[in-house]
Amino acid sequence: MTRARRGKKLDLDPATVRRARTLARRAGRPIVRIAQTHTTMSVERAVLRMAGVAGADADGIPWVNRLVDAVRADVGLERGVAMPVWDAMARGSHDDLTALAQRASSGSVTFRIPEGREADRARRAARRDAGRGIAAIDRRRVERERLIRRVGDAPRQPWIYLIVATGDIHEDIPQAQAAAREGADVIAVIRSTGQSLLDYVPEGATREGYAGTYATQENFRLMRAALDEVSRELGRYVRLTNYASGLCMPEIATLAGLERLDMMLNDSMYGILFRDINPIRTFVDQRFSRQVHARAGIIINTGEDNYLTTADAVDEAHTVTVSQLLNEYFAKEAGLADWQLGLGHAFEINPEVPDSFRLELAHAMLARELFPAAPLKWMPPTKHMTGDVFRGYLLDGFFNLVGAMTGQGILLVGMMTEAVVTPFLSDRDLALQNVRYVLSAAGNLHEDFHPQPGGFIQSRAHLVLDEAVALLERIAAEPGPAPLLAAIGDGTFGLMKRPADRGKGYDGVFRQADDYYNPVTELLEVGHHA
Amino acid sequence: MREMTGKQIVRPYGDTTGDGMVQVSFTLPIGHDKRAEGAALQLARKMGIDPAMVVHAKQMGPHFTFFVVYGSVSHLVDVSAVQVLEREYPLLSAKEVNVAVKTRLRRKLVVLGACIGTDAHTVGIDAILNIKGFAGEKGLEYYRELKVVNLGAQVLVPELVARARAEKADAVLVSQVVTQRDAHLQNTREMSAAFRESYPAGRTPLLVVGGPRFDEHAARELGVDRIFGRGTTPREVASYLTHALTTKETR
Repeated sequence: MTRARRGKKLDLDPATVRRARTLARRAGRPIVRIAQTHTTMSVERAVLRMAGVAGADADGIPWVNRLVDAVRADVGLERGVAMPVWDAMARGSHDDLTALAQRASSGSVTFRIPEGREADRARRAARRDAGRGIAAIDRRRVERERLIRRVGDAPRQPWIYLIVATGDIHEDIPQAQAAAREGADVIAVIRSTGQSLLDYVPEGATREGYAGTYATQENFRLMRAALDEVSRELGRYVRLTNYASGLCMPEIATLAGLERLDMMLNDSMYGILFRDINPIRTFVDQRFSRQVHARAGIIINTGEDNYLTTADAVDEAHTVTVSQLLNEYFAKEAGLADWQLGLGHAFEINPEVPDSFRLELAHAMLARELFPAAPLKWMPPTKHMTGDVFRGYLLDGFFNLVGAMTGQGILLVGMMTEAVVTPFLSDRDLALQNVRYVLSAAGNLHEDFHPQPGGFIQSRAHLVLDEAVALLERIAAEPGPAPLLAAIGDGTFGLMKRPADRGKGYDGVFRQADDYYNPVTELLEVGHHA
Repeated sequence: MREMTGKQIVRPYGDTTGDGMVQVSFTLPIGHDKRAEGAALQLARKMGIDPAMVVHAKQMGPHFTFFVVYGSVSHLVDVSAVQVLEREYPLLSAKEVNVAVKTRLRRKLVVLGACIGTDAHTVGIDAILNIKGFAGEKGLEYYRELKVVNLGAQVLVPELVARARAEKADAVLVSQVVTQRDAHLQNTREMSAAFRESYPAGRTPLLVVGGPRFDEHAARELGVDRIFGRGTTPREVASYLTHALTTKETR
């Protein structure tokens, strides 16, 4: 079965598909220009993390936050932190950047914008230190590739994706190892619910979290080491997933690269629409984090499932397609390759709707055919899961069947106790039996399955694509220099209106001055021109 | 059926009246062998299931076994002794709500909604407030005489109180889904305390919380006026608000 043959099943009009991509590019390009001309607190902190600043003060506030705040107070952030920080390094006698950060936070360092030869000196040093971080990320990528060659890869697609979320990294580790032994190819550690709105990355190994475990560099390191151990034991590389979203997305992306995480949740608009994070903050942070992911060989997972949990999965099916097209444009512009695009979609149609399974199949096939080379991420039902766990188990079986029939790359395992309790050990075991049964019984069904030309499934897919194109046209017709921002501001996506000058984290957004300098962006963009 | 004493005794129903049949499943932290099945039967008996049958036992990893048990429970249930919170207000249509608000309040009834604390699950509050609604009923935004302000997810309590004052909210609806470490109870207590502190006594807006894991009887204990549990529809909420806010003596 080749991807090319799969592409014929829906008989999509190539001109319409081209039109959809053109419109997505037209909507995305002004946003990229905004991202190229702004910076954020978190991008600047990520630069420092890339250059090796680590640790936190006695209150748990990371030194990168302290250092960026000190620079901002002295000279602002419109030129970036790099020039003032490495100028201060050259002028003072600090052991390293972390020592500088410590002194700066006690007020004993004064920052300035260097000029002339001093500027050249600062720029060279910044590039050298940032380059070391990028080289470390490159080494981790090579290490991953070598491990996959040596211990072996997941035996099949879709990769089976399981979640652990105890709040305590030391509880997560045995759970994640057990899940891997039971068959998980990917382990996702859900973050503590509040983390996306924290404007700093917590430090160290953490044991307290709400509905999830904090994403910290140390937690990343501990979990990756535990999964390396179990990967060797099982003879297949078990991938680790976390979340590059929220106010610290660029920093978390950087830490993920440094600690060899394999996949990251990373959606272009999720933070805006669902977390009320400022749109510009999000797009700037997004672009940086995607550039890091591209370099680190990390697969991103986008969050289209969220659209369907807040809106009707039939009426709003086209918003998933629109979001996938935008995510694709932004991802490729940032340097990600097709194999790194885990574009999301979900099985969320009300099971009471007649033909709901055929509709699900049509939507999943549309995603598959629009993005033939992307490892799509297929998300299980949540909205229509009730306390009736038996019915939920059946629904998850149908979800798995759509996954098997449409060649999904990543399958998030549905739990019958969704919306009831955190899954029991037995729930996870039953859920994996469900997946295994369906994949073994019907995993090759796609070879025989060809929807009737002009039939229900084809017509539905064509309709959703047409609606997606119509929505993209409506976005393109919005007023102003960045129609997508206007569309987000007037509530085009769901009922949520998110104006560009509001939302969380807006006070951490800065327009770049003409002499803005960011050594990480400079190095990541070498040899890549989208 | 109901007897002369007023007692109404029932037993679980499998396929025959009075057979008492139930089905349970659980996991014991031991590997699967004869002894493990015996342990499962012992647990079932202690739960009042006697005779019990282990119909399925499956080892999961080296240290756990999953059991499905069928059997008859000896316990009797007296339905007449069950206490439930009966709805103390009439269920109104959207039109009736609008008329009641217009004639009795003579202005729009202002409803402020939010998920507080770290809770990002807006599905509950959205189901009640968004026009889209829930269970075939349109949400509160659809009611012409209600002014709905939905603050969305992760709203801080001080922000909620400030917005309630600014909007002159008549009612504040808070949704809590995340229950880890009883976060829903802590957040609700914090919220009700903040309103009591910020408003003159007896002048706080009507405080309503909802979520799948609340005990509907715990309103007083949590310092709120009303708790709504799983499956509550927008119409029930609208009817309650109308009843509580347009009939003076209840407040």
